[in-house]
Amino acid sequence: MNTNNNTVIKTENLTKCYNETPVVNNLNLSVYRGEVFGILGPNGSGKTTTILMFLGLTEPSGGKVNIVGFDPLREPLEVKRRVGYMPDSVGFYDDITARANLRYTARLAGIETEETEKRTNDLLTQLELIDVADKKVGTFSRGMRQRLGLAEVLLKQPEVAILDEPTTGLDPEAAQEFLRLIRGLKGKGITILLSSHLLHQVQAICDRVGLFSHGRMVLEGTVEELSSKVIGGAYDLSVEASGNDLEEQIRKIPGVVEVELYGENEFHIEAKEDVREKVAAEIVRAGGKLLSLNMKRHSLDDIYARYFEEERDEAQRVQANREKA
Amino acid sequence: MKLKEFKLTERKRKGSPFTGLWTVVLKEMADHMGGIRMRLLVGLILLTALGSIYSSARAIRDAVGEDPFIILRLFTTSTDPLPSFVSFMGFLIPLAAITLGFDSINSEYNKRTLSRVLSQPIYRDALLLGKFLAALFTLTITLLSLWLIVIGVGLLLLGIPPSGEEVLRSLVFLVATLAYSGIWLIVAMLFSVIFRQPATSALASFAVWLLFAVFWSIITGLIAGLFGAGGEAGRSAAELTISRISPNTLYGEITLALLNPETRALGLVFFSQLQGALLGSPLPFLLSLLLILPHFTGLLAAVILFFALTYVIFQRQEIRA
Repeated sequence: MNTNNNTVIKTENLTKCYNETPVVNNLNLSVYRGEVFGILGPNGSGKTTTILMFLGLTEPSGGKVNIVGFDPLREPLEVKRRVGYMPDSVGFYDDITARANLRYTARLAGIETEETEKRTNDLLTQLELIDVADKKVGTFSRGMRQRLGLAEVLLKQPEVAILDEPTTGLDPEAAQEFLRLIRGLKGKGITILLSSHLLHQVQAICDRVGLFSHGRMVLEGTVEELSSKVIGGAYDLSVEASGNDLEEQIRKIPGVVEVELYGENEFHIEAKEDVREKVAAEIVRAGGKLLSLNMKRHSLDDIYARYFEEERDEAQRVQANREKA
Repeated sequence: MKLKEFKLTERKRKGSPFTGLWTVVLKEMADHMGGIRMRLLVGLILLTALGSIYSSARAIRDAVGEDPFIILRLFTTSTDPLPSFVSFMGFLIPLAAITLGFDSINSEYNKRTLSRVLSQPIYRDALLLGKFLAALFTLTITLLSLWLIVIGVGLLLLGIPPSGEEVLRSLVFLVATLAYSGIWLIVAMLFSVIFRQPATSALASFAVWLLFAVFWSIITGLIAGLFGAGGEAGRSAAELTISRISPNTLYGEITLALLNPETRALGLVFFSQLQGALLGSPLPFLLSLLLILPHFTGLLAAVILFFALTYVIFQRQEIRA
C-alpha cells in the first residue's frame, strides 16, 4: 500500500461482515496528518466498527488498513502505542481514583513512572480535573468522565487521537466545551478522528468529514464542498420586511427561483445566485422597510437529509419527517 | 519492494503477548486484596480453619509421642461436629476460586473498561493470563498463610515441631490445593467470558461445582451400572475411572495419599497384591508422591485445557459492548 508521509490513516476496500451482512462496505478513506476528520452518520452506520478495525480490535473481513505506517492486524502493539482511543461512553474503574486509573493506563502503555506523574498533573490541570484527581471515579459526572477519557488519550502523547462519539450524553454546554478542547488539540499537531451522529454539533470543528450510511462512506470532503456538491449552488435567504406587494417585486429579480411568505412580513427566498444586494435594493426601491436579511448556511444535517431525499421516494420522505417531528 | 510485500502478507502478529502482563497482575492483585469480597472470604476461611485445627489438636493431643506424623493428623482428624481441615478446604477453596473468577472478564464489559484497556499496547493474552495469575497468586498467599497458621497452632498446642517429611508432605499438599483451586478459577473465568451477566456466570460456576461435589457419585454409580459385563471388579474399576473425572475425587485422593502416609494404593487392590505388605506402616515420601503423580498431572492438564478453551473464546469475542 502506498502511503506518503502526510497520510496517517489509509484504507483500501475495507470491509467487515457480520453473518454475511456487511457492516462496513468497501471503505476507501484517507486521513491526513494534522487534520480533524469527522466520521459522521446515524447509529448503526458502521462508524465504531471502522474505528475498531483501525486499532486492530476487530478483524476486517476484507481490504487493508494502514495507520501511522503500520498494519493494525499484524502490528497492533505498534499502532496502539501511537494511537489514542476514547471509546463510546468511556468507562473507568469506579472504585479507584482518577489518578490511579490514569496510572494503570500509563503502565500498560509503558510510560515511565516519573514521566507519568508529570503528564498526569499537567493534563488534569488542563482539563480542570486536578481538584478531583484523588477522588474515586465512581463519583464523577458524565462530563468529568469524558474529560478523564480525553486525559487518558493524551497521556500517551499520541500521533492520532480517535474519539468515538465524544459528545454523546453531554448537555449542550458541556458538549461545546468538550469540542473546544478537541479543537485545541489540533494546534498540538495531533491528528484527530472523531465519530458522531450529531452532525450539526461537530461540523464546526471538522476540517473534513465523511458521511456514513449503511456501512458505506457516501460523501467525503469539507462541509462547503459537500454543500455545493449535494445542494448545488442554492442560496436560501430569509428576509423580514414590510411593504406592499413585496412578494411580487422580489419574484421578478433575476436569479430568484422561489419566494414564500411566512406570516405577515417574513419571506423565504430560494435563489440560484447570491441575490442579497438586489433583494435589499428592490425592497428599498419599492418603498418597503427592510428589517432583517439573513443568508442561511447549509448545515451537515441539511446536506445529509438532502442527499438521501434524492434517493428516496416521496412516501418515505413523509414518513421520515413524521419521525423527525 | 518484494520484501515489503512479503512483510504485509505475513500472517504472524508482532510483539510479545506478555507485554503488560505484570501490570495487569499487580493491578488485579491489588483489587483482590483491597476488595471486600476477599476480606470476607479470608475471614470465613480463617475462622473455619482455626476452629477445625483447634478441635483436632485437642483430640490428638494424647497421641503425641506415639504417632510420627502427629502434625499431619492436624489436617485430617475430624472431631464431631466439625469436619477435618482438609474437608473444609475441599469445600471452601472452590468457593474462593469461583468468587475471584466469576466476574473477571464480564465486569470489564459492563464497566465499559475493556475496549479502553485493550486499546493500550497489550494483547488480550496479557489481560486474560494476568487476571488468572493474579487470582492464583492471591489464593497462594491465602493458602500459605493458612499453612503457617496450622503449623504454628500445631507448635503451640502440641508442643512439637513438624518433622522434615511432614513439612514436605504438607507443602506438596499446598501445591495440590493450588492446582485444585486453579480448576475452579478457570472454570469461573470461562463462564465470565461466555456470559455477560456476572450473576449468570456465578450461578453456572456453582452449578458445575455442585455437580461434582454432590451429584457426581450418584452419576458415577449409574454410568458404571451400564458396564455390568466385567463382573464386580470390572464395575468397580469403571466406577473409579468415571469418578476420577471429577476434580474433587482427584483432590481427595491426593490429600489421602499425602497426609495419610499409610496409604499404599488408591482404588481397587486385590488381596494377592497386598502379599508381603506391612499394613499400617507408612510409605516413604517419594513413593507417596509417585502414587499421586497421575492425579496431579490430571489436575494440571484440566487447568491448561480450560485455559486454552477460555483463551480461544475470548480471542474470538467482539470487544464492543
